[in-house]
Amino acid sequence: MPAQSPLASNRPRNSGVPLQTGWFDQIAVNSPAAERRAATLTTRRTVKKEWQAAWLVNAIRCVDLTTLSGDDTPDRVMRLCAKARRPLADHIMAGLGLDHLTTGAVCVYPTMVAAAVRGLAGSDVPVASVATGFPAGLMPLPLRLAEIRYGVDEGADEIDIVISRAHVLNADWAALYDEVAAMREACGGAHMKAILATGDLKTLRNVYKASMVAMQAGADFIKTSTGKEGVNATLPVSLIMVRALRDYGRRTGQQVGFKPAGGLKTARDAIAWQILMKEELGNDWLCPDLFRLGASSMLGDIERQLEHFVTGRYAASSRHALA
Amino acid sequence: MPQVTEILATMDYGPAPEASGEVMQWLAARQEFGHFIGGAFTRPGKTFAVTNPATGDRLARVSQGSPGDVAAAVKAARAAQPGWAKLPGHERARWLYALARHVQKRQRFLAVLETLDNGKPIRETRDIDVPLVVRHFYHHAGWAELLEDEFPGSVAVGVCGQIIPWNFPLLMLAWKIAPALAAGNTVVLKPAEYTPLTALAFAEICAETGLPEGVVNIVTGDGGTGAALVGAEVDKIAFTGSTEVGRQIRRATAGTGKKLTLELGGKSPFVVFADADLDAAVEGVVDAIWFNQGQVCCAGSRILVAEAVEKPFVARLTARLARLRLGDPLDKSTDIGAIVDPVQLTRIRDLVAQGTAQGGVLHQADCDLPARGSFFAPGFMTNVAPANILSEVEIFGPVATLTTFRTPDEAVALANNTRYGLAASIWSENINLALDIGARVKAGVVWINSTNIFDAGAGFGGYRESGFGREGGREGMREYLCAPAPKVRPEAETGRLDAAPDPATPAKGGRAAIDRTAKMYIGGAQQRPDSGYCYGVRGNKGLIGLAGLGNRKDIRNAVEAAHRAAGWGGATGHGRAQVLYYIAENLAAREAEFTARLTSAGVPKAAREVAATIRRVFYYAAQADKFDGAVHQTRSAHVTLAMPEAFGVMGIACPDDAPLLGFVSLVLPAIAMGNRVVAIPAQSMPLAATDLYQVFDTSDLPGGVVNIVTGPRDDLARVLADHDDVAAMWYAGSAQGARMVEAASAGNLKTTWTLANRDWHGTDGQGREFLLKATQVKNIWIPYGE
Repeated sequence: MPAQSPLASNRPRNSGVPLQTGWFDQIAVNSPAAERRAATLTTRRTVKKEWQAAWLVNAIRCVDLTTLSGDDTPDRVMRLCAKARRPLADHIMAGLGLDHLTTGAVCVYPTMVAAAVRGLAGSDVPVASVATGFPAGLMPLPLRLAEIRYGVDEGADEIDIVISRAHVLNADWAALYDEVAAMREACGGAHMKAILATGDLKTLRNVYKASMVAMQAGADFIKTSTGKEGVNATLPVSLIMVRALRDYGRRTGQQVGFKPAGGLKTARDAIAWQILMKEELGNDWLCPDLFRLGASSMLGDIERQLEHFVTGRYAASSRHALA
Repeated sequence: MPQVTEILATMDYGPAPEASGEVMQWLAARQEFGHFIGGAFTRPGKTFAVTNPATGDRLARVSQGSPGDVAAAVKAARAAQPGWAKLPGHERARWLYALARHVQKRQRFLAVLETLDNGKPIRETRDIDVPLVVRHFYHHAGWAELLEDEFPGSVAVGVCGQIIPWNFPLLMLAWKIAPALAAGNTVVLKPAEYTPLTALAFAEICAETGLPEGVVNIVTGDGGTGAALVGAEVDKIAFTGSTEVGRQIRRATAGTGKKLTLELGGKSPFVVFADADLDAAVEGVVDAIWFNQGQVCCAGSRILVAEAVEKPFVARLTARLARLRLGDPLDKSTDIGAIVDPVQLTRIRDLVAQGTAQGGVLHQADCDLPARGSFFAPGFMTNVAPANILSEVEIFGPVATLTTFRTPDEAVALANNTRYGLAASIWSENINLALDIGARVKAGVVWINSTNIFDAGAGFGGYRESGFGREGGREGMREYLCAPAPKVRPEAETGRLDAAPDPATPAKGGRAAIDRTAKMYIGGAQQRPDSGYCYGVRGNKGLIGLAGLGNRKDIRNAVEAAHRAAGWGGATGHGRAQVLYYIAENLAAREAEFTARLTSAGVPKAAREVAATIRRVFYYAAQADKFDGAVHQTRSAHVTLAMPEAFGVMGIACPDDAPLLGFVSLVLPAIAMGNRVVAIPAQSMPLAATDLYQVFDTSDLPGGVVNIVTGPRDDLARVLADHDDVAAMWYAGSAQGARMVEAASAGNLKTTWTLANRDWHGTDGQGREFLLKATQVKNIWIPYGE
């Protein structure tokens, strides 16, 4: 089954709408109830055997294979790209009956975009770049917009922006809307993922409201976290974001993608978030054009599980190519 | 099996069956079960088949318990009870701890067995039922350890007969057995006919732990076996099941002195306000009526939704319904398993058909039903008026009704428009509103922004026809203990009821005293008896006055007046205390007059009785703002409030002994807690009570809080016990009268307390026991966290 590039998808982009605070200012989010639902998602559903293998393969299709470290170098990024192009060893691919598989994207800092573009040349794997003063975003807006343009000029297909958390904490929705809309404009043809840094927003009401404003301002994806906050992607936060996304879709008819990121490490996580997407939104949100998993180490665990599925023996990561 | 590449195209979940090999082997090795009596299994007698409702396959054969089997089990329990009760609490705690441990080690085995036997999804047995069972035994190991400290002076009831339903077989067993054993009782438990297997596995666990013989006895069988157990020489019956059977048990045990707790049906409201988190409420419906195939007595089966949000709520509910997975209960991704038995399936179908015929519109999940087994697609009904049968009758299947309301008052009116009162779920992000509705709804368990949450540390049980008694927590322990028994005194003479003129004892003196007429006291006014008759009240020197000869219409009027005085229950404890102190004050001012009246009636030590009465009023005035509830230790981030609430309108038949003190000893604790009372004073000497009218009137006691109907005690008590709008009834009189009251109370399953005559002057005449009996505990669950 060929992996489909999100850019090749015919799915229309989110055009955004004018700011409508009425869509969210009365929103009721009951946190204990959200936690209960999140906790039972993975106890109500499970996948085993062939199905588990397929769901793990699908997770690979949706992974934004990521490196966002201070010690990143072009060579390191090239290595990551090689893994993105060939995420599973050949015998595992054969065992699964697959002839082609790549990750959803590679995600790097802006200065690493050029290396990623080189590393992915000839593949259909898109390059995603963080921008706008990642991770805190506390830089003057013109510089943040310039950083987006830099990333796009370097060849990034997708830009992961960070929002100013202060706008959410101060309930300055107009400022948040204007900021995200300006960023979307700066992205041009590149798809924009809006990182809400939910660990900083604290309350699920804030998460819902920030999600809605980001979508109104034209985000193609909403994304939980930078990976640098104290708390990153959690299922309750993700649940509230996908419900916001569903509500936006119901009001506008437009589909927006979702990307949990930060703290996703295991094959089990990969299954859990896919269950969330399928249960709350349906199969459309199991495709890489509407769902990405932001992760760096998760792929290694998935590869071990898949090798076990193929061979029946437990796997060692030393026998798999590093990301 | 499909290829990985094919699954990638569909992204289906695929099958994920829980292995059942171990359990099937266990069943195959046994095939037929006897009863577990005196620590060993009997040889199987006449047996019947137990089937897996998901397939119709036979799992085993179990014995049909005969009256002889029941008697043998009761005998074994009786033999074991003194020794078990005599063990130090610590020793019993060790046994309960061992049971908890052994059950815990067999969690998966029990979960699989329960799913096979009952048809409920493995997710529920694995994640909910069995963990709660383990928690219940641990919790009650603790009560055994603490018994002497926490319930000083209390003793075990004795041998308990316990009858449990098929919807949570092992969990209900734990709810019954754990507290009984902790308190020093021994038990004979009858599991439901459809689902006896986990109880039999539990019997093996008892044997495995080495639990002393006869402490736990299990007799399997049908309703006939249950009836035999109810009629057996047991000291208590604890029953969970249908309201109809509960009524039969109430009648059967009336007058036997058997302690009784009933946990019966429900038609619990699930109230969604406009400011609720609608997605959370939709998940609540999933956990309420689409939990355990809707076979849940406390299920939120009547969804009441604010008109303002009906459309979005129904849209979300419909979308959620479409994602439910129905099928093999052993599959780990199944939400809805099998209905317990084809008989129950037929009942659900019939009721849903009737509801539809009466105008209801069924919205049902569009799911394929397996070719075999008892399955019913989940759904909900709209267009269901309160007059539709489905608004009233428990479906006990995965179908909720959905009705709209406009205002909070209307929500309360609809929520309480039921004969039941088990549970309520209230959804609102406004804590003021949620707690207000929580206080006003008639239910023993209230879940705010949540539903079907259970814990061994909280009491569970209903109001109204959902039964009485609580299971779990401190409230539940009380049901398996007897408070220190009062010293029983023989009943005093009830006095003749003679309406004819009595020329034998003419009034003394040449001049006519101004005649004082004792009428009925109803709604704060003196009312002539409906009958138009009076009867003579005699002292030891003949006639001392006339009292009205009350009849059923006087009782009817008094109950109506009591209902109109609802504001009394809403007053603060302090406010009620002030009125009670005022009563004491005015009584003290007329001490001589009351003493003279009692003296004229030949009451011994009249002055002492009046003084004791004044003290008693003070006691309950003091308690009015001090007898309070608890915050239970349950789950993290949950406040679980146990609130003692007044019943509402109570009937009280007072003793002939100590005509003033006896009256006050019963009426004052009831009204101190916020009840309104219809009291029948001592038949032989009602004038002690009727003299209180003027005291009440001058003490700011609102009209209707205390209503007094004089006359034939047992006739009037029967009208009260029969009355569907009286919530509780106390009766201090003859054994025959007590039986009559208990039997008649089965009509609306009112809570009864039949008191033996006692020394009303002493400690037996007052105390917390009276306040406990004047209240019912409402547990309110409030999860919190932003």
